Amino acid sequence: MPFALLKYALSREHPDDPHFRWKPDLKKTYDVIIIGAGGHGLAAAYHLAKDHGITNIAVLEKGWLAGGNTARNTTIVRANYLTPEGVAFYKESVELFRTLSNELDINVMYSERGHFTLAHTDAAMRTARWRAEVNKHMGVNSEVIDAAEVKRICPTMNVTDEARYPVLGALYHPPGAIARHDAVAWGYAKEAMKRGVEVHTQTEVKKILIENGRAIGVETNRGVIHAAKVMQAVAGSSSHVARMAGLKLPIKTIPLQACVSEPVKPILDQIVVSGSLHVYISQSARGEMVMGGATDAYGLYSSRSTLDFKESLMGHMLELFPFMGELRILRQWAGMADMTPDFSPVMGLTPVENYYIDAGWGTWGFKATPVCGKRMAECVATGRQPDLLKPFALSRFNTFDLVGEKGAASVGH
Amino acid sequence: MKILNCPLNGPRNISEFVWGGEMKAMPDPATATDAQWTEYLFLEDNTAGEITEWWLHAPTNYWFIARRNTITDEILETMTYDAFLARQQANASGEAEPAAKPATGGTETGATSA
Repeated sequence: MPFALLKYALSREHPDDPHFRWKPDLKKTYDVIIIGAGGHGLAAAYHLAKDHGITNIAVLEKGWLAGGNTARNTTIVRANYLTPEGVAFYKESVELFRTLSNELDINVMYSERGHFTLAHTDAAMRTARWRAEVNKHMGVNSEVIDAAEVKRICPTMNVTDEARYPVLGALYHPPGAIARHDAVAWGYAKEAMKRGVEVHTQTEVKKILIENGRAIGVETNRGVIHAAKVMQAVAGSSSHVARMAGLKLPIKTIPLQACVSEPVKPILDQIVVSGSLHVYISQSARGEMVMGGATDAYGLYSSRSTLDFKESLMGHMLELFPFMGELRILRQWAGMADMTPDFSPVMGLTPVENYYIDAGWGTWGFKATPVCGKRMAECVATGRQPDLLKPFALSRFNTFDLVGEKGAASVGH
Repeated sequence: MKILNCPLNGPRNISEFVWGGEMKAMPDPATATDAQWTEYLFLEDNTAGEITEWWLHAPTNYWFIARRNTITDEILETMTYDAFLARQQANASGEAEPAAKPATGGTETGATSA
């Protein structure tokens, strides 16, 4: 190893292939166009190339690679949802995440921490019990534990009854994990591009071309390109892009704010979430406390910061973790979240033939990146809705068959 | 702190209010088709730009109308529902200026473009 290093130190050649094999020019036609080069779009491109042998793909991105909500989430991965449909879906995602570093040949720093959903009321304890039973039935490791057990596993937490909302217990989900979000997207981009997929950034879709009720291509700021199939994966701008295809979505765009503290030595192993207090927190590999809360109180297309968010977040956070009183905030940001009426995503076929949608990812998109990519690729390749995605079809709103995940999907309730 | 000007209670901290979402016309429940009812219940314009929306002042349980820009987060004006209806009627009858001014508050900017 030292000799190899020395050899490369003296050589003009870079030892590794470049991560991303960019192609400068757009072709006139592709088999598949994917709008949006975030984690989901790139994962779909990767699985189309690897599992289905479709490599003539263009992933079009208005901004830069994985610069939207893929870069703005708080990286939590878990499967402890409420509905059997949701649990089955996210369970497959957790399984894919576990081997993702090997699959993509990049270290996504997947780190299983254990995940608490704290309960401060009897109603929250009932929901925790409900989720634990559904989870266990579906083969997902979740358990309801009392406050003493919470304290034993996470000694830094304040579970005394001196808090305004004392901790009564928690839904404990040992497989809950965090990962390095950028690496996930870069890994998918790298491996997709290695197989011939083209990723074009700074390429904005202006129009979706539809002929006789079927999508045939897109018009971009760099010209018209045709494709047999078009898929959109553009969290935050879903309504805008879908409107170009003549679709109206069950989505409100609402900002979700988050922040990190300055880095400190490891002190918090677990991921701690409280729906009642509207807070969640975990410590990243480099020591920053990663914190977030509920979505904003009203819809907005902006990533501005508000004092309200920090005030309510910190007030509750200090009750749970009094030691954080000395910590300073390092960075704050926001992403635009697609909120659906049932807190579940929208995936699969649309009324427009050959046009596929991946949207409605609200505050729960990152954890689904691998499974969504895999199953959306299957959907696009076969033109059929995979079984796992059937409950999440856009058509569920026409049949009033919603997948209510409000009790498990976010802390904003 | 962001201030919302309630037509009933005057300027208050926006944390006292609950967002009711973008305004949409309700179809007649007796005659509406399933598709129309689905659209009314679930589908959203989700406009980026100026919208007319519902707000609730929670402590007084008072619903009213606001116009807001969803890109700049600027509240353009607030008005009672009656004032909103009067303006709609005035616009429908072809008048250039709205017949009813907002009950209280709001800026005058863009008041003719509702």
